[in-house]
Amino acid sequence: MKLYGLYNDDGVLVDGAKTLVSKGIKVNEVYSPFPIHGIERIIGVRWTRIAIAGFLYGITGTTLALFGMSYFMIQDWPMIIGGKPNFAFILNVPAFIPITFEFTVLCAAHGMALTYFIRNWTLPGVKAKNPHPRTTDDHFAIELVPEDIKDYSKEDLTSLLKETGTVEVFEK
Amino acid sequence: MEQFIFSSKTKRLTYILMSFGVIALVYGIFLAVSDVDGAHHSGTRLWTNLLINGFFFMGIAASAMFFFAVNYAAESGWWVVIKRILEAVGSFLPVGSLVLFIVLFAGVAHQHHIWHWMDAEAVAADEVLRGKAPYLNWMFMAARQLIILGAWIFMWTRFRKRSLEEDLGFERNRHFKNVRDAAIFLIIFGYPISTFVPWDWIMSIDAHWFSTLFGWYVFSGLWLSSLVVTTLMVIWLKKQGYMKDVNASHIQDLGKWVFGVSFLWAYLFFSQFMLIWYSNIPEEVTYFQVRFEEYKYLYWSMFFVNFAFPMIALMDRDSKRNFRSLTVIGILIFIGHWVDTYMLITPATMKTHSTIGIVEIGLGLGFLGLFLFVVLNTLTKAPLMAKNHPFFEESVHHEIH
Repeated sequence: MKLYGLYNDDGVLVDGAKTLVSKGIKVNEVYSPFPIHGIERIIGVRWTRIAIAGFLYGITGTTLALFGMSYFMIQDWPMIIGGKPNFAFILNVPAFIPITFEFTVLCAAHGMALTYFIRNWTLPGVKAKNPHPRTTDDHFAIELVPEDIKDYSKEDLTSLLKETGTVEVFEK
Repeated sequence: MEQFIFSSKTKRLTYILMSFGVIALVYGIFLAVSDVDGAHHSGTRLWTNLLINGFFFMGIAASAMFFFAVNYAAESGWWVVIKRILEAVGSFLPVGSLVLFIVLFAGVAHQHHIWHWMDAEAVAADEVLRGKAPYLNWMFMAARQLIILGAWIFMWTRFRKRSLEEDLGFERNRHFKNVRDAAIFLIIFGYPISTFVPWDWIMSIDAHWFSTLFGWYVFSGLWLSSLVVTTLMVIWLKKQGYMKDVNASHIQDLGKWVFGVSFLWAYLFFSQFMLIWYSNIPEEVTYFQVRFEEYKYLYWSMFFVNFAFPMIALMDRDSKRNFRSLTVIGILIFIGHWVDTYMLITPATMKTHSTIGIVEIGLGLGFLGLFLFVVLNTLTKAPLMAKNHPFFEESVHHEIH
C-alpha cells in the first residue's frame, strides 16, 4: 500500500517535495509526464549508471565489428576491393573504421534503450505502473511508502501532503 | 567591479617566453644568413616557423571570435561569464595577421619561396602552376587576405566597442545590433575560413595538391585550440581568485565543447585521409606520403594524442568538472594542435630537411608569450564580467547535471 499526492503543476510538486524532505519524510518516487529539472537531487535519487552500461555496449560493438570484419574480409575469404592489399588487418583497417563506428553506435544505442526498458519494465504488453492515468498527461504525483516512514502516521502524511497543494491524495 | 590585474610575476613569465622567441629568431636569422648548405634551407625554416606560429595564433584568435559570434547569434545565455575572455583572445587577431602579412611580403620580395608559385621560373616551367596563376598570384592573394582579415578585425573592434559601452548601461538596440552583427560575422568568417584562408596560407604551399575538406580540417583544429585556450584561461583565472561567477557547470560545458570539437577534428582528419587512401590517386597521395614516410612517429602520435586523449579522458562527467584533468588534457592537446599546424606546413616546405630544434621550439614559446601578453593586456582593460549583458543573471545561475 502506497500513498500518492497528485498535483497539477510541476512547480508546486517541487516545492511540496522540498517541504516533505525537510521534515525528514522520504519521497519514494515522483511520476511526471516530462523530466522535472533538479527533482532527482531533492528526493535523492541515486546517480544513473546507464552511461557506464552504454560505454560497455559501445566497446562491445567496436570489438565485434573489428573482429568480425577481420575474420570475414582478411582470414576466412580474403577479398580484394579497390585493389587494397588484403593479407594483413593493419593494411585494410581504414576501410573498416566507418562500419566499426556505425556498429559501435548501433550497439550502444540499442543496448542502452533495451536496458532502460528492461530496468524500468516498460516492455510491450506490460501493465502500466503509474498510479494515476493522468501522470502521463497533465498531472504529477508524489509517492510515499507509509510503512517505511516511522515518524509519521498515515493520517499525518495525508494531511501533510494536502498542505503542499495537492489536487488529490489517494492510496493504492 | 571585478578587474583583472596583470601581475608583475605573470608579466615576467610572458617576457621570458618572448625572450626565448627573440633568441630563436636571432639564431634563425643567423642560420639563414650563413646558409651553410647553400640551398636556403635555413631561410625556409625560419619563414616556415613564422608562418606556423602566425597562422596558429591568428586562427585561435579568429576562432574565439567565431565562438563569440555563435553564442550571440544563438542568443545563448550560459556563456556570458566567459564573454570577456573570448574578447581578449580575439584581440590577438591584428598581431597574428601582421605576422602572416610579413611572411607573405617576404615571399613577394623573394626572401623565401615557401609558396613556390611566387617563383616566376618555377611557374614558367610548370603547366599546372601556369593554369592556376589567375588565382595563385601574390597581388590577388594579398588583396583577398587583406579584405578577409581586415573584415574580421573590423568586426572585432565593433563588438569590443559595443561590449565596453554596454558596461555603462544596457540598451536594447545595442544588444540586437550585436546579434545581427554576429550573424553577419558567421558568414564572413565561415566562408573564408573553410576556403581562402587555409587554401592560400597553407594548401597553396603544395600547389599541385588540393582537398576540398582541407579548410574544415584546419578550422576545426583552430577552433578546438581556441576552446582549449579559453578553458585554460578560465581555470587559471579561477585559481588566481578571479571569476567567482564561473561555476562547475560552465567548466563542464567548456569541457564538453573541447570533447565534441576533438571528435569533429578527428572525423575530418579521417574523412580526408580515408578518401585519399582509398582512391590512391598519385597526385593526391603525395600529401600523405611525405608525412607518413618522413614524419611517421610525430604524425601518428599527433593524431593519437589529439583524438584518443580527449576521447578517453573527457568522456566522464566528473573529469570535465575537474580542473586538474581538464588542465592536463588541455595542455596536451594544445601542444598536439600546434604540432598539427607544424605538420600542415613543414613537410610541404622543408620536405626531408626538417628538424625540431631551437628555432621551432623557441619561436613557438615566443609566440605563446606574445599571445599571452596581448590577451592578458586586453583583459585588464575591462571588468572581467559583462554585468549588463541581458543574459548575465541566467549565466550566473547556469546549472547542468
